[in-house]
Amino acid sequence: MRDAANPRLLARALDDLALGLGRWRLPLALAQMDIRNRYRGSVLGPFWLTLSTAVMLVSLGFLYSQLFKLELRQYLPYLSVSLITWNVIAGMVNEGSNALIEQEGVIRQMPQPYSVHALRCVLRNMIVAAHNLPLILLVFLACNAWPGPEALWALPGLLLFVVDALAAAVLFGMLSARFRDIGPIVASLMQIAFFVSPVIWKPQLLGENAKWLPFNPVYAVMETVRGPLVEGGVSPLIWLAALAYSAILCGAAFALFVRFRSRIAFWV
Amino acid sequence: MAYIKAERLDVDFPLYHMGSRSLKKRLFAAASRRVEQDAQDRVVVAALRDLNFTITSGERVALIGHNGAGKSTLLRTIAGIYDPVGGRLEVQGEIGSLIDPMAGMDPWATGFENIRLRAWYRGLSDAQAKALAVEVVAFSGLDEFLDIPVRSYSAGMQVRLAFAMATAMAPDILLMDEWFLAGDADFMARAEERLAVLVRDAEILVLATHAMDIVRRWCTRVIRMDGGRIIHDGTVEEVLGPEVITPPAEAVAPAPPSPAG
Repeated sequence: MRDAANPRLLARALDDLALGLGRWRLPLALAQMDIRNRYRGSVLGPFWLTLSTAVMLVSLGFLYSQLFKLELRQYLPYLSVSLITWNVIAGMVNEGSNALIEQEGVIRQMPQPYSVHALRCVLRNMIVAAHNLPLILLVFLACNAWPGPEALWALPGLLLFVVDALAAAVLFGMLSARFRDIGPIVASLMQIAFFVSPVIWKPQLLGENAKWLPFNPVYAVMETVRGPLVEGGVSPLIWLAALAYSAILCGAAFALFVRFRSRIAFWV
Repeated sequence: MAYIKAERLDVDFPLYHMGSRSLKKRLFAAASRRVEQDAQDRVVVAALRDLNFTITSGERVALIGHNGAGKSTLLRTIAGIYDPVGGRLEVQGEIGSLIDPMAGMDPWATGFENIRLRAWYRGLSDAQAKALAVEVVAFSGLDEFLDIPVRSYSAGMQVRLAFAMATAMAPDILLMDEWFLAGDADFMARAEERLAVLVRDAEILVLATHAMDIVRRWCTRVIRMDGGRIIHDGTVEEVLGPEVITPPAEAVAPAPPSPAG
């Protein structure tokens, strides 16, 4: 029953999430089809993802190891983990802005939990990430830069990525469905974030100012995965900051979803 | 027992992505009935206004009215796509909606893949999904074409697949847009029988259409809408008047419905 005077917003939002997660096979199949359709007819198919990242890594690696006067074998492992985790974050945020808009055809024709569309976006980006992650192993192998057992700490970091990605798809997906300028704004902010976050440059370059880095949410979240892999671990402070930013993101996304979920069909 | 109960139901379409200022000027100059401003000063189209009706088990309801009268919006609201902004809507029973059968189809996926997708979109269990596939294979008659991408089907084959998927399982409440009554005569002849079974098995049928012969044949009640409001609600006879039979041939053997639309 739907009653405008008693909309039961919270209960219906929770139902939506439970139903969407319960149907995980649907968004997974849709995400796989998205990737397949994107590379349809090409010889390498989705392995273009791997190849283009590899090309990027090699060229940036040579260039910046010269510019920063670092030895390639020391710089490349850092760069590869940085760039690949950055690509995951940027992809999740940028595609998140389109998560609902691009599903207009389904949203307006078929009753479906909205969380299915957000999940589809997240899973699609996880598939993309899975095509790039092996490159990190390859670089570790080539540079003989294997991390110690502390690398396992990257796993909770990856889990945090997934949770944040779902929140980002809901938050930015809804905001940009309602305000069509949000998508481009988010995209250009991410561009700036790429340069102000230590992705291609190392935090040590900041010297004294490095202590301000935890105030950068992108850095904090990224570091939970990068730290254990190339920097011998990650400080509790970074984890605390990353958890705090994630809590804010998830809180905002959930609040918006509860309050405005029933408006999405009118927005897209 | 399935039922649909609407009390003072309102649905508004906000117009977000238009220059609302110039739009306001233009629309309010014309003193439009349906374009209003809501409490937050947004421009909204009053899609449905103050609808009161109860549809109980066994009823076959036709929604009629001009284009833009609110028929499809009402179907989508009952289906759960749009939420009311005012009043309440109570729906009891499992809903099957034949609104846009092509929605959710991936043109690059094969027929079988699309059938599986549709089963998941509907939240069917594995056993139900299997039953759906069997039925679709049988009715669509597409055979080996089900193994190639839907994109390479002819328009008629796409309709056959879409129709077969949409009508494979009988729900308690069947919502149908007139798309299902459009199509070439050949297809209609095949489809008609199947729809009749579906309509018979559903507890409630709500059908938005312009085809009055279908209304007279299938429906027990007609709701005429105009400008988002119900202007007439009664039996077929009450709303449409007695059937005028002009060509004597038709009275003996009713012809298949003419394509709507």
